[in-house]
Amino acid sequence: MDHVMTGVSVLTVVLVLVPLFAIFAYLVYKGIGSINIDFLTQTPKPVGEPGGGMANAIVGSMVILAIASVLGVPLGIGAGVFLSEYGRNRYGDIVRFISDVMNGVPSIVIGIVAYGLVVMRQKHFSALAGGVALAIMMVPTIARTTEQMLLLVPQAIREAAYGLGVSRWRTTLSITLRTATSGIITGVMLAFARVAGETAPLLFTAFGNQFWNWKSDQPTAALSLQIFTYAISPFDEWHRQAWAGALVLIVLIVGAVAAVRIAVRHGTLAGA
Amino acid sequence: MGVGIAVEHLNAFYGKTQALFDVNIVVVANHATALIGPSGCGKSTFIRCLNRMHETIPEARVEGKVHIGDLSVYNGTSATQLRRRVGMVFQKPNPFPTMSIYDNVAAGLKLNGFRKRKQLDEIVHKSLHSAALWDEVKDHLHKKSGASLSGGQQQRLCIARALAVQPEVLLMDEPCSALDPISTGKIEELIFQLKEQYTIVIVTHNMQQAARVAEFTGFFLLGKMIEFDKTEKIFTNPSDKRTEDYVTGRFG
Repeated sequence: MDHVMTGVSVLTVVLVLVPLFAIFAYLVYKGIGSINIDFLTQTPKPVGEPGGGMANAIVGSMVILAIASVLGVPLGIGAGVFLSEYGRNRYGDIVRFISDVMNGVPSIVIGIVAYGLVVMRQKHFSALAGGVALAIMMVPTIARTTEQMLLLVPQAIREAAYGLGVSRWRTTLSITLRTATSGIITGVMLAFARVAGETAPLLFTAFGNQFWNWKSDQPTAALSLQIFTYAISPFDEWHRQAWAGALVLIVLIVGAVAAVRIAVRHGTLAGA
Repeated sequence: MGVGIAVEHLNAFYGKTQALFDVNIVVVANHATALIGPSGCGKSTFIRCLNRMHETIPEARVEGKVHIGDLSVYNGTSATQLRRRVGMVFQKPNPFPTMSIYDNVAAGLKLNGFRKRKQLDEIVHKSLHSAALWDEVKDHLHKKSGASLSGGQQQRLCIARALAVQPEVLLMDEPCSALDPISTGKIEELIFQLKEQYTIVIVTHNMQQAARVAEFTGFFLLGKMIEFDKTEKIFTNPSDKRTEDYVTGRFG
């Protein structure tokens, strides 16, 4: 029976990994040919002109994701702390229910919410609006994983801090959160990776832009939007660029997640 | 220096269940006092009432008076203030897993806002020394996590951590129950030295341990303090039949 169980486990791992590698391999096959210095440094060229690139979209995506993370990560972690440390009651149940529902809301609906919240008020599309939309998507995921990770911290660790005369808020910040850090970071990276590829919430928030834009209150290009526009166009050259854009997006996400992981491992003590 | 403890008419509850019934006890300063009794008799609840740890459990509450030195525990003293004077060592070693050995010992002071680096170094050194752990960890104070030590070392680390806050009383809740005989021996030796400076209250399941380390012993049964006397008297000539049954092993 042991062999059967091991076999089944290995089989499921293979079944999960095959599509992942297939997608990545196909992206490399289709996209690598169009990636060159121009693609990474230039803005899109008008239809018919060869060359051009997605530099503005690459930077735009980074800006939007940075805004989303700055807004969404602290809010999500804060909500997670509330749920785990102060939310073992009816209020907590309400927040938990709402956050689970929010996790299931289609991303385009969240785009509309951000449109109403930011775009309507500012009267133009912007990186800020896109960031807000993605932040709203990040919060429930981060809140729930943070809660789960904090609940995994043994009560004995909290008691050890109380026993030293450390107040409750200080224990939560310096002991409980710190003990759960690596799990919380996993949750944050999961939420980040999930929203990094989102297109729908950006359609009428960040909107996209064919040119450089350095202002956070102006329409901003994003890789996912650019891929979307190019992929549904009738031009072969644009199709090739869309593939290249998709490859760059995946590499950026994997790179960001790996960088955070390495940074975390670097700060971890032996035996912890 | 250690201070004495006086407990008057202490009742403790978990919701509607009463766990302690009218406990009265006087603990002598700079001595070790052992609390023995079968599982679930309220020994742990009792010492958790001495540093107000009992009330961290939802719906738990306490009635009665506890004085630690000149502090009135349930009247006008904040729990955090009190716990800095009444250290606690738990049943299972519970070092902070993400902190280095040094940070574990310094945690109580650092988290309460103490920042003087040099004094901190000294206190950490002294505390690890008092807990008989210094020689084993001095080479990797900052490099290794508290969780990387062996069980016995972790428990001594927890003792060092409690000592670093410079308490007057040290409460120990079955500190050796998760340890092997050699580690247990080391901790008992430690208790012998520590009682010169601290008042120690130790809960134990091991009656030989109570007999070895403590001058005074209290016997708990079903939430009541049945007998409290000099250790020698409890083990050789107890006044209560139930105590005699328990210490001679004819019971439970």
